[in-house]
Amino acid sequence: MITLTHYLVLSAILFTIGMVGVIRRKNLLLLFFSTEILLNSVNIGFVAVANYYNDLTGQMFAFFIIAVAASEVAVGLGLLILWYRKNGTIDLDSMQKLKG
Amino acid sequence: MEKYLYIALFAPIVGSLFAALFGDRPKNLITGIATSALLFASWVASLVLLMYVDGDTIVHVRMMDWIAAGSFNIDFGFIVDQVSAIMMVTVTTVSMLVHIYSIGYMEHDKGFNRYFSYLSAFVFSMMVLVMSDNFLGLFIGWEGVGLCSWLLISHWYHKPDVTPDINPAISPAWAANEAFVMNRIADLGMLLGIFLIYWNLGSLEYSIVFANIGTLSTGTITWIGILLFIGAMGKSAQFPLHTWLANAMEGPTPVSALIHAATMVTAGVYLIVRSHEIYALIPNVGYFIACLGAFVAIFAASMALVNMELKRIIAYSTLSQLGYMFVAAGLGAYWIALFHLMAHAFFKSVLFLGAGNVMHAMDDERNINKMGGLSKVMPWTMGIMVVASTALAGIWPLAGFFSKDKILETAFAEHNYFLWVMLWIGAGLTAYYSFRLIMMVFFGKKNYGDEKNPHEAYPYVLATMIPLAILAVIAGFFEHSFMTYVTEVLPEYYPHVSTFTFIVLVIITMGIALGGIALAVVKFSKGNFDDFFKKLGVFNLLSNQYYIPKFYEEKICKPYAALSHFAWKKLDMKVVDATVDFIAGVIYASGDKARKMQNGNLSSYLKWMVFGLIVMLLLAVFKIGM
Repeated sequence: MITLTHYLVLSAILFTIGMVGVIRRKNLLLLFFSTEILLNSVNIGFVAVANYYNDLTGQMFAFFIIAVAASEVAVGLGLLILWYRKNGTIDLDSMQKLKG
Repeated sequence: MEKYLYIALFAPIVGSLFAALFGDRPKNLITGIATSALLFASWVASLVLLMYVDGDTIVHVRMMDWIAAGSFNIDFGFIVDQVSAIMMVTVTTVSMLVHIYSIGYMEHDKGFNRYFSYLSAFVFSMMVLVMSDNFLGLFIGWEGVGLCSWLLISHWYHKPDVTPDINPAISPAWAANEAFVMNRIADLGMLLGIFLIYWNLGSLEYSIVFANIGTLSTGTITWIGILLFIGAMGKSAQFPLHTWLANAMEGPTPVSALIHAATMVTAGVYLIVRSHEIYALIPNVGYFIACLGAFVAIFAASMALVNMELKRIIAYSTLSQLGYMFVAAGLGAYWIALFHLMAHAFFKSVLFLGAGNVMHAMDDERNINKMGGLSKVMPWTMGIMVVASTALAGIWPLAGFFSKDKILETAFAEHNYFLWVMLWIGAGLTAYYSFRLIMMVFFGKKNYGDEKNPHEAYPYVLATMIPLAILAVIAGFFEHSFMTYVTEVLPEYYPHVSTFTFIVLVIITMGIALGGIALAVVKFSKGNFDDFFKKLGVFNLLSNQYYIPKFYEEKICKPYAALSHFAWKKLDMKVVDATVDFIAGVIYASGDKARKMQNGNLSSYLKWMVFGLIVMLLLAVFKIGM
């Protein structure tokens, strides 16, 4: 039997993986992947809890997050391509132009 | 009639603002003429109001709401009743003539435009003071005249600052500050009195306050009376707040004539007269006021006996006459106080203006030892000053006789024989020092060097003094009509003495006054009589003003300065500043350390973000755990 706890544990594991990715990775593309994992871990949590309480609000939020994530990736990838064309790299450490 | 009220009130401030436009320019005669013309308008309006107000017809306007906060409601309201009408006419008459006089006196002064701006602003403040229909408006005017007095005493602010040890050569700036600080002490008392009235009665309007004052307990009324009188003591320079008035003589002489003789210093008397319904309920406070007044009358006169400075002698005389007014007010003879106020305004202002002529002629010399024999070159000034001094001494039929004699009569009729004796001696001293001054300045042998070339003042300057001199002569004859006029508002009072006693009193008083004059004239025509006081051993005591300024300096100013120094070095620098600096230092240092976080690397920012998230999560968990 798969209970709410299992889903929440899965959500937490995915969140941790995403978090570590955000911290450790230097490649901007992989940073995006990590962000997606973070968002989807939260989605799993939302859906699971919504199902548990028989409340559709959580599922609605999951859809909402999917939509936002899609637009974010669309904008983010666009910027990423532009950056790559301009600088030939998408390494995070190369992005220090605002350093005072 | 409202129109006239507004003209009388606002014409001076229009003049002041107009003159202020020229403040930073070189001398421009137009400022003097415009302000004088507007003062003339104000004077005419005041006269119209004086004629209009009688019986029950008084002019009372509410110009606009002023302060409305919760239940606290004060209007900008003005009232012209018999008392304010008399004050308005007195103030505008003297101010107008002093304005015109000043055009001549300040002729070569660099601050000509500035001077007229301040002088008109003073008149406006004084009008607010006497015309307000509530205590708060009166207080605004009260502070306004204080401010203008400060500005005008320090007109020659650039004169070097000499410590008062080398009396009397103190700097105008020092004198102005002294006057301001002394008045501030007294104003605190007055403000507390006003608070107490509002606290208990919920209003500051005269009509409401006076209608309901009787409902309060005697203790409260006594406190109100005492606190208001403390305010009056500061403005009218009564003991022990009197030292500023003599030092205020450092200002230009027309300022002394207008502010420190005729108008501002009498504001204290006006306050008592205006609040007569309060003081009528507390005769004990009134009796104290009368005693203090009598003390000042004789105390100030004694200092005038041996002083060498032309203007200071007249200033002490002003102090002494203010004492007389307070005696009358304290004994409940309010109309007599107001009458003496008016008569005094005329003869004292003209006396000051005459002194101004003398100083102008003698290149600002003020030591009467270095004058003498000026009657030959300044016959008009001499004549006017003799008339004014005779009026001051209280010789029939001049104004001072009627007003001062009434005060003595009141003291006698109230069976305060002790007060009467003091005032009687004061009258003799007044006559003596007035004519000592006249003798030393105008008669006797010439004591000034040939490099001085004294000359009579301009005709138009003399012409401004003549109306005042005439008023000083004839004002006394209006006694009866004055009484019927002001007693519409003020309580009727007539000293009840039998005709025989009255005549005896008049003869005794006139006797000592004439005796004082005769003594001064006879002794000083033979040479300097001041040696007599030196022989008595009181000369130093009197010429050093009973060492009171020295006492204040040693026992109040110096310990206060030491305390201030302690508060500055120890409390402010070591405690307050150190605390503030410490907080700033901590924040600065932490900022300096935290700056290293901001290294421009997105990756490390993300790490910090996660770190922050974890910290906040932990905090939330910890908090929930609690």
